[in-house]
Amino acid sequence: MANPNRIPVLEVRGASKKFGAVEALRDVDFEVYAGEVVGLVGDNGAGKSTLVKIISGVHEADTGEIFIDGQSVTIKKPRDSIDHGIETVYQDLALCDNLDVVANLFIGRETTKGLPLKGLDRLDEAAMERRALDILQELHVKIPSVRNIIASMSGGQRQSVAVARSVMWNSKVVLLDEPTAALGVEQTNEVMHLIEKLRERQLGVVVISHNLAEIFDITDRVIVLRLGRRTATFDTKTSRPEQVVAAITGVA
Amino acid sequence: MELKTTRPKHWLDRYFHSIQTSDFGSMAVVIGLVIIGVIFQFANKNFLTPLNLTNLMAQIAVIGILSVGIILVLLIGEIDLSVGSVSGAAAAVMAVLITNYRVSSVAAILVAILVGFLIGAMQGFFVGKIHVPSFIVTLAGLMIWQGAQLFILGDQGTINMRDPFIRSIANTLIPPWLGWVIGILAVIVVALTVFRERKNRQKAGLNNPVPSMAISRLLLIAIAILGAVALMNFDRNQVPNGKPIQGVPTSVFIFIVFIVIFDLITRFTRFGRHIYTVGGNAEAARRASIEVDRVRIWVFALCSGVAACGGIVAASRLIAVNYGSGGGSLLLSAIAAAVIGGTSLFGGRGSTWAALLGALVIGSINNGMDLLAFPSSIKLMITGIVLMLAVILDSVSRERRKRAGKG
Repeated sequence: MANPNRIPVLEVRGASKKFGAVEALRDVDFEVYAGEVVGLVGDNGAGKSTLVKIISGVHEADTGEIFIDGQSVTIKKPRDSIDHGIETVYQDLALCDNLDVVANLFIGRETTKGLPLKGLDRLDEAAMERRALDILQELHVKIPSVRNIIASMSGGQRQSVAVARSVMWNSKVVLLDEPTAALGVEQTNEVMHLIEKLRERQLGVVVISHNLAEIFDITDRVIVLRLGRRTATFDTKTSRPEQVVAAITGVA
Repeated sequence: MELKTTRPKHWLDRYFHSIQTSDFGSMAVVIGLVIIGVIFQFANKNFLTPLNLTNLMAQIAVIGILSVGIILVLLIGEIDLSVGSVSGAAAAVMAVLITNYRVSSVAAILVAILVGFLIGAMQGFFVGKIHVPSFIVTLAGLMIWQGAQLFILGDQGTINMRDPFIRSIANTLIPPWLGWVIGILAVIVVALTVFRERKNRQKAGLNNPVPSMAISRLLLIAIAILGAVALMNFDRNQVPNGKPIQGVPTSVFIFIVFIVIFDLITRFTRFGRHIYTVGGNAEAARRASIEVDRVRIWVFALCSGVAACGGIVAASRLIAVNYGSGGGSLLLSAIAAAVIGGTSLFGGRGSTWAALLGALVIGSINNGMDLLAFPSSIKLMITGIVLMLAVILDSVSRERRKRAGKG
């Protein structure tokens, strides 16, 4: 996958970030290619979250550059990241319990029809529901009804809705922060299938996870952060979990 | 793989399913209303008469209008304690402009509504931008605008509304034929909307609910609308050979118009959807680049603007504005009505129709106990208990949803 001749869909070069005296990231490079799933692993405090937050615009890096399809871009706030086709699925999923699946898929990007009356334009429920059904079908997500509210759904279904939302908007890169941490075995499998689908759609997928079995199941490459530095990269097919564990803990 | 809903087989099953999930709250209130009606009718046969029920509707109009505004604020998960004072202050502005400054009544009304709107925008600014808890901002507002009302009224104390237009706002009866026309038009519009939505869904290749479901719903709506018109068009004259008294009071009509306008806004527009989104998960809304602060400011502005309108209707009903306008139990009744009607205190759940249901509950308890000559002490305690029950229901169903969500 990591073909040197290809241009990564997302690339970070030389990212550093300090929080006061704490050096969270030091000169970290990171890249993900279209149609590739990259696992981002590391111990607590290794800098995984910081790196993701820099990419998704929650934090601004002190130094470093971000490239999308080889083009240098500036990401200062979440909006910039979204505009560049980067979608982040946070651990808390950012869903509204009180709204149904359709409404949640379209939060902040509602389809409207009729007069464009600044905010008072009419919601096009039929169009949104059609689109919701199509995307969920495409991703093979099973949900009793797209008109059920999120509060009535299982953790796996919620995760699936959150992931489905991330691919609806011509996104190129999807960042998944601990997508299976709160899920049971079956639901975890559903989400893993979903991640496969994202890869088939030629998205660049980044998965943060503590679960190495899962990482080896789903990813093409694994990038290891340790104490704010990128210390190792593995091709999942040709490496063994023990090697990754050694890189994470620093026991050579 | 299968995306089509796992549908219960029979439409009745689905009907009960929908009651359990979404409409449970409002069904409970309707059942409660029926029980209240039956009890009071047994105790006093004057309760379920056209005269008394029309009076009841007119009595709850002002509380209900204020309640519509409060529902908007509750939907975004905030509270507004200032609506009573804002309604009083706005009414005072209108009264002083008309009597002391000879401003035309229409202009005075518009200024009063604008004042209410700006007060709300300011309170919304402190909540949305400065992140002061709305409880505190509007508690301060409660005092400030009440003080402003006293200040504006000055030594006069009471300003009687001589202006014929102001008097007519709440105290006119809509001619029965016009009542029928409006009622029938409303039913037609609802039917057309339902029909068009079904066509839209069909065009988009979506499942429609079975026709019998849609038709039974439409029938219920038609019965409710036309039944209310029929009731209020009944001749209420008690004096033999006197002039007939019949028609929908304008105050009631204004109340319903407010409910409908804000129901349309909250359910069918992008702004309305953002209200529910902010109420459901403000952080999710922010990350989806909804301008949460602006939604909050607008909602508080609308709430206070509606409160100002309520104050004007109240001034018209009383034919005067005085120190007590907007005071007393008005605020608490309006909040209680919103909650009893099924609006969640936790944000994101409810509809403006809760104002009608809740105000009807409070209104009928008061009205019924008045007929039975119960003292205020008992009325207050009973109303309080009903409010308590509504809040318990809200909290319990929230807990149940939370538990159901884990899986």
